[in-house]
Formats: sequence, structure tokens, C-alpha cells
Amino acid sequence: MSKIPTTLFDKVWDSHVVRKIEDGPDVFFIDRHFIHEVTSPVAFLGLENRGLKVMFPEKTFATADHNTPTINQHLPVQDPLSANQLKALETNSAKYGISHWGLGNPKNGIVHVVGPENGITLPGMTIVCGDSHTSTHGAFGAIAFGIGTSEVEMVLSSQCIMQPKPKKMRINVNGKLGKGVMPKDVVLYIISQLTAAGATGYFVEFAGEVFRNMSMEGRMTVCNMSIEMGARGGMIAPDETTFDYIKGRDKAPKGEAWDKALAYWKTLKTDEGAQFDIEYNYNAADIEPMITYGTNPGMGMGITKHIPVAAETGGSKASYEKSLQYMGFHEEEEMLGKKVDYVFIGSCTNGRIEDFRAFASIVKGRKKADHVTAWIVPGSHIVEQQIKEEGILDILTEAGFQLRQPGCSACLAMNDDKIPAGKYAVSTSNRNFEGRQGPGSRTMLASPLVAAAAAVTGVVTDPRVLLAD
Amino acid sequence: MPIENVDTDQIIPARFLKATERKGFGDNLFRDWRYNADDTPKQDFVLNNPIYSGKILVGGKNFGSGSSREHAAWAIYDYGFRCVVSSFFADIFKNNSLNIGILPVTVSAGFLDKIFTAIEADPNTELEVNLPEQKITILATGESESFDINSYKKHNLTNGFDDIDYLQAMKSDIQSFAAKSLY
Ligand code: SF4
Repeated sequence: MSKIPTTLFDKVWDSHVVRKIEDGPDVFFIDRHFIHEVTSPVAFLGLENRGLKVMFPEKTFATADHNTPTINQHLPVQDPLSANQLKALETNSAKYGISHWGLGNPKNGIVHVVGPENGITLPGMTIVCGDSHTSTHGAFGAIAFGIGTSEVEMVLSSQCIMQPKPKKMRINVNGKLGKGVMPKDVVLYIISQLTAAGATGYFVEFAGEVFRNMSMEGRMTVCNMSIEMGARGGMIAPDETTFDYIKGRDKAPKGEAWDKALAYWKTLKTDEGAQFDIEYNYNAADIEPMITYGTNPGMGMGITKHIPVAAETGGSKASYEKSLQYMGFHEEEEMLGKKVDYVFIGSCTNGRIEDFRAFASIVKGRKKADHVTAWIVPGSHIVEQQIKEEGILDILTEAGFQLRQPGCSACLAMNDDKIPAGKYAVSTSNRNFEGRQGPGSRTMLASPLVAAAAAVTGVVTDPRVLLAD
Repeated sequence: MPIENVDTDQIIPARFLKATERKGFGDNLFRDWRYNADDTPKQDFVLNNPIYSGKILVGGKNFGSGSSREHAAWAIYDYGFRCVVSSFFADIFKNNSLNIGILPVTVSAGFLDKIFTAIEADPNTELEVNLPEQKITILATGESESFDINSYKKHNLTNGFDDIDYLQAMKSDIQSFAAKSLY
């Protein structure tokens, strides 16, 4: 009897179901749980109120990132509320025996950067965190998604959550990417095609030549933003690129354990003929460097194009107009040449070493535009270290940029890194919602290359004209 | 609130997420839509219009997208809403709502239009949401539609029982499952 062809997603999901509830969710087992200072304190309070313990403290990892300052991290945190959350994370972790990488710890950084970089994230795992961009870890062939605080409490107390199984979507992108087109552009392109809600209710597998040829950093960028099309998460089948990335990392399996794990990981792919609920195909040649013009990540376009008119977008006209009005843009306008006040490179979307290499490739030998304020924020201390060792810091300094310390920073602007009201930012983060980067801030999402081009010219610029051949 | 893609950054902006207790989030519900920078209320925002009141919040398509912050659901709850109606909810928001005792009611796009039309014609229009019968009715016109909720969640909401109670009761199963896990 031949086996029924199965998707990667089904293989991982089904092997983690502890119990199926009839006309209800699955009781779903969680292999790795990340926590940070913002969404965990209330969950710990809940545990205390119910008199519960943490069931498997060794499966949970804590890092401080959302609220942390990106300069002078050696000094006490100024904002008393932020300091209070950081303290709570530290105390709760100590109390329940959870490993904690607080401010100043050499392993500290953004949760979705430090997990993979320390070998905590592995293929075939189920991973959750109280942050929607947990989908990042799907780049390793894991099922990873964001959860709410009640669910954080469930994982702490029982290592399980209650989840209805999502439907399955596959997105294939084949062909070769053009010059200056980065993984960020690929995902912004897909979201612009599917809209910000186009994948709601689905779990996405990204497949095809473009992802096979992509680095782990790039795959993380893509999976990171799967939530921005409404998907529960996104994943990519692990392959040699994945195994090479993991091998030798701090918490990765070693010796015999490695061989055993590797044999299992090699089975983690979608079988030929396996069925998806829906499938989309795109051509790499159609993708150019992207930029967003509106207030949700689905409102993106090729950087040389004109802002669409409401009727072309299919959504409600009133919502569309409200969005453009907030941005101070008009239908049919060009984005090229628009003035940029701030540039932010960082976040769990584009805060890895490759992103800074790309940024430096354009900045090298040029100068920061005088009127631009640039925040250059590595995703972790390890990335910060790499930036220094590879000579990127010298290039940045030469061009008039300053490197900050790791954290979420202007991605959600909970700390002091806020874009002022009315100002325009080209940002490599993941959300351009109203006020996301500070009350009244106007965000244009883009790749590190587009960010670099804006940082040196002071206006929205096609990075391809600045790239050496 | 006939606006599409209402994301959780609007429901509760990030700068109000600094509490370590679940208290007082309702004050900052839709903060930047509700108040000007100087903290005076924006007169044209629906929550500032005393004509509208009640425990049911009606929103446009793709309600609750974006950040997973449960604080968004807490803010809606703390403000006094117990039910949110839309033609489409973001997944995490829907889960979060159910987990804290807010009922998300998904209606058809056509029915949502009818609700908005009825509210526009008469801001005092009353809606009735009947959980046991899984039915939502516009009382003035008598028009109604049924909505879906799985029987597990329905049972929880009706009995004030939650997922954590359920999971605690099956701990030995989880223990033996964990013992076989690769990680
Ligand atoms: S960088 Fe932004 S998206 Fe990523 S974890 Fe931090 S706040 Fe969340």
C-alpha cells in the first residue's frame, strides 16, 4: 500500500496533537516557547493566581527586547514602566527556572533573531511566542506562530495550547530575482498581490526556486512577514542551507544526536502530489524593489510605479482614502523622489547580518543625507559583533552613520525611538500601521537596499541606480 | 465603526502596553483615534458620540489584524464590550477574544452592510446576539443571521470554564506525550 502524500505542514502539525476535541480545537504540544517583557507579566500573574507551576521550564526562553533602549544599555532604564516590565521578566524567569537573556547579556537581542542564531530553533519543531512575528522561525521548517497572553499562560502551565488546525496554502515563486531585489521585496510583492487579509485562516508553505536559492536570513525575512497577509504562519522545507546554518550553533544537537536529528529533518518536505487548499504561483522576474505607500503592508508597489487609484485595489474606497490621507499621498503619484526624514534599519524582519551587508553595499563611499535621521539597530549582540568584525561599522561611520544597540526599537516604538508626527520614515520593519512607529508617524516599508538608497539621497530612490554592476 | 483593516495597534497603541497587570486598558482603547495629541476627545470619533452605546462593537472587514497583543482584547473588554461583530476577523484576535470572554461574531458582508445601514438610519438601533441559538438580530427590522462557533468554545463561554482548566485536567496525557518528544 502506498502512503498518502502529505504536506510538510501536516507532518509537523499532526505529530504534535496530544488530543483532538470533537467540534473543537486540537490540544497542541509546544516544543519551544519564547517570552519577552511585554506579553508575559500578566501570564505569570495568572499562574500565581491559580497556584500553578511552569511544567517544563527548560522549553521556555526569555529575552528582553520590546521595551529596551538602544543607547546606553549599561545605564539603568529611564522609563519606570519599562524598567518594571524588564524587572518582572527577570524575577519571573528566576523564580520558575527559565533561562533569561536580559539587557547586557551577550546573548541578548530580538527574540526572533536570538532563537535561530543560538540553535534553539530547529526543523520540525512547534514554536510559539507572545509576538505575531514568531512566524519567522518557520524558515527552518518549524510551525511557529504568535499567541496571546492567555495562551502564554497555557504554555507555561501545560506546554500546550488549544488550536484549530488552519487550512493550507502554498505559494510558489520560480525564476531568478533581478538585481537589487531582496527577500523583503519578494514578500512585500506577495502581500501586495494577496492583500493584508488574503491568507487569513491559512498556514503558508513557501516553495519554488526563489526560496531554495535563498539564504536562511532571507527565508526568515519572508516567513516573518507571512503574518502581514493574515496567515497564521509561513514555513519553508529544510534543506542543506538550513542544516549548514544550524550546525555547530550553541544549542543545536551535537554528535549522535545531530545524526539522528538530521535523518528526521530530511523527511520534512511536502510529498509529491500532496494537496493544498489553495495555491498561488508567481514569477521572480515580475518583482522589483518594493515600497509601501499606505497604512497596511498590503499597500505596496514596485518602487518605479505610481500609487494605484482606489478602484484598482478592490477594498473599500473610504478606507483607502483615509489611508492615503494619513500618509499625505495621492492616487497616481510617483513614490520616487519623495522626501524622507527618517531611515530605520533593524527589527526581526531585517536586523540580521545580511541586511547590514546590503545596507553597507550602497552606503560605502557615500555620505548620509544631511536632513535624514538614521537609526541603525542590530537584531542582537551577535549581529552587532559581526557588524564590527566585518568592517561594516567602519563603512557606516565613514558615511556619517551611528550604530545603536540591539532591540526592537522603532519597529514598534515602545522605547524612545519614535518617529515624530507627520514625518516620513523608510523602514525595514514589518508594519506601516498608523502610528506604529510613534503617534502620527508615516512609514514606508522597504528592503535594506531601498533604506540605504533613501539614507544617502534623502528621497525615495531606486537602489538599482546606486548599485555597482 | 465601518472601517476596514482595524489593526491592534489602533485598538491599543504600543506605548500603552507597559503595564504588568491587566488593568485600565479600556481608557486607552483606540487612543489615537479617540483623542487629539493634547488629550482632548476627537468629536467625530464614534466612541465619543454619546448617541452610540452598548456592549456590541461593530467593525469593518479584517478586524483585529496585526500584532498578537491580547491587550487589544483586554481594552475592548475593559471598555465594556462583550461582543464584536465583523464580516472577517484576524485569527489571533479572534482566539484572544474567545480566551478572555469576548464573543467574536462573524456575519456575511451583506448582513454587515445591513447593520451599518440600520445604525446610520437610527443610531439607537439595537442588536441582539443570542449565543445559545447562535443568532444575531437587528431588532428594528427583525432581520437575523446565524453565526458559527465551535461547540467546545461555546461550552466554555456559557459555563465560564477555560482552556487552562481543560489542560490542567489532562496533564498526565501531556506528560506521556512529552516523554516521547524529540525536543
Ligand atoms: S522587532 Fe518588531 S515585530 Fe519583531 S519582535 Fe520586535 S516588536 Fe515584534
